[in-house]
Amino acid sequence: MSLRDNPLGELKVPLTWTAGIVFIVVLIATVAILLSDRREAFETDAYGRTRTATDKALEPVGNVLSAPGRWTGAGFETVRGYFFAVSENRRLKAELKEMRQWRDVAIALRDNNERYRALLGLKTDPPIPMVAARIVTDSRGPFANSRLANIGSEAGVKIGHPVMSENGLVGRVVGVTDGVSRVLMLTDVASRTPVMIDRTNARAILAGDGGPNPRLEYLRGQEPVRDGDRVLTSGDGGVFPRGLPVGRAVKGLDGRWRVVLASDRAPIDYVRILLFEDFTQLANRSALDRTAAPPPTPGAPTLPPPEAAPATTGAPPAAAAPPATTTAAPATTTPAPKTTAPAPKTAAPTPTPKAAAPAPSPAAPAPKTSATPPAGAGR
Amino acid sequence: MSGGARSLEPWRWLGVPMLQVMAATLLFALPIRLWGHGLPEPVFALPVAFAWAVIRPSMLAPFCVAILGFFLDLVWGGPLGLWAVCLLIAYGGALGGRAFMAGQGRAAMWGWYGVLATLAFGAGYLFVMLDVHGMPSPLSVFWQFLATVILYPFADRLIERFEDADVRFR
Repeated sequence: MSLRDNPLGELKVPLTWTAGIVFIVVLIATVAILLSDRREAFETDAYGRTRTATDKALEPVGNVLSAPGRWTGAGFETVRGYFFAVSENRRLKAELKEMRQWRDVAIALRDNNERYRALLGLKTDPPIPMVAARIVTDSRGPFANSRLANIGSEAGVKIGHPVMSENGLVGRVVGVTDGVSRVLMLTDVASRTPVMIDRTNARAILAGDGGPNPRLEYLRGQEPVRDGDRVLTSGDGGVFPRGLPVGRAVKGLDGRWRVVLASDRAPIDYVRILLFEDFTQLANRSALDRTAAPPPTPGAPTLPPPEAAPATTGAPPAAAAPPATTTAAPATTTPAPKTTAPAPKTAAPTPTPKAAAPAPSPAAPAPKTSATPPAGAGR
Repeated sequence: MSGGARSLEPWRWLGVPMLQVMAATLLFALPIRLWGHGLPEPVFALPVAFAWAVIRPSMLAPFCVAILGFFLDLVWGGPLGLWAVCLLIAYGGALGGRAFMAGQGRAAMWGWYGVLATLAFGAGYLFVMLDVHGMPSPLSVFWQFLATVILYPFADRLIERFEDADVRFR
């Protein structure tokens, strides 16, 4: 029987149906990809290899395509500078005169600050190193506000580093690879930045919504903010250093407090990426977790009854042993040095390093306890 | 018409417009400000997705629409898959409504395009709202919607050029 004679030979699936089925399959696949996306997660892995590779490919393209615009802008600036040199010179002289007065005030304030810090013994933040970068692409839509900067991991840029223009905070790095970083703008709908009002020290969260003026959320207290108040980063959470200029507070048309960003004063073509490491990022967390809790104070109401004490000379250390989270066998070895001199150890609770070397530690406990605090303090 | 007597090659009606959309998106993603204002950011892929559905049903077109959507997400740094889903919703709507759109005038088709663009932007708005637990600025969404809706002439040109280009679909 030939194919033409077969009654099923003429059966054809309509193209519309086939196209419809393909459409549904593709839609389900894209929805699955969308649901598994974790763009705003603060992790390197979440950013993904696809995004990293795309950013790396986009950087030279954006660099080349934006070059004519840069050259044209530079040309206009040169011509403008030539024609307006006299008025510009006059304006700069007046500004310099005013700035000289401010310089004297600043020097006096700096001296005062240094003296107060010395008196109070305040540990001030170290200076933050920074690297300069040029913006090569820019997205301004309601669902995504981010930019690509032409500097990356080779300059020490890491995810989370704050990004500033010459006028104020711009955003933070959310993706980085060799030669390029993606900057999430403060205006992005996924951006949340801890800020404070300079006048009242009131804390708030700056929440982007895709528009030019992000909202101030979670404001507390009575009249924490007024129109025109300066808004700075609060440093809470450790992502941004404290005191970076963000903008000025204004009441929006919807009745909510919003911020006119300081960085909007001029085009964001060049930025500075602050290589900021917060204490929480620098601290050796595993070492902090290893530190054992000090033994209980003798005579405190939480101590076990006196009759139990002689039988359990090893008991208080055994109670102290669980934080070490070791197996049963090593736990029996660690109490030995602790029982030898319980009294001095309450003053200087640093027995855990000795647990690693149990044999020598009982021999000379006193000098070691006096030597360890500076090491711990240094950390 | 050059391709009237032969079948329509996919690269002509799918490949070339896709590359054009990618180039236009990249150009508008440059950090250029004119008279102190940034360039608008229309979704160039939306008129193309609409036109593809109107021209003819195809098995390749949904993949092309998804690729364009992923490209937008990667260039703009948005959630991966957001624009792919939004564009596919508009494409699916146009594919399902082909029978109603057949033989309609330019203004009516523009209206259909506007309705489907509203659907796509609405889906994007809803997803972003659920994803970040915050509402995107409606004004900002409206500006992008407006900049996208006025791009209908590009879709119209694509439809006019390729609707009758394949002899099998006349």
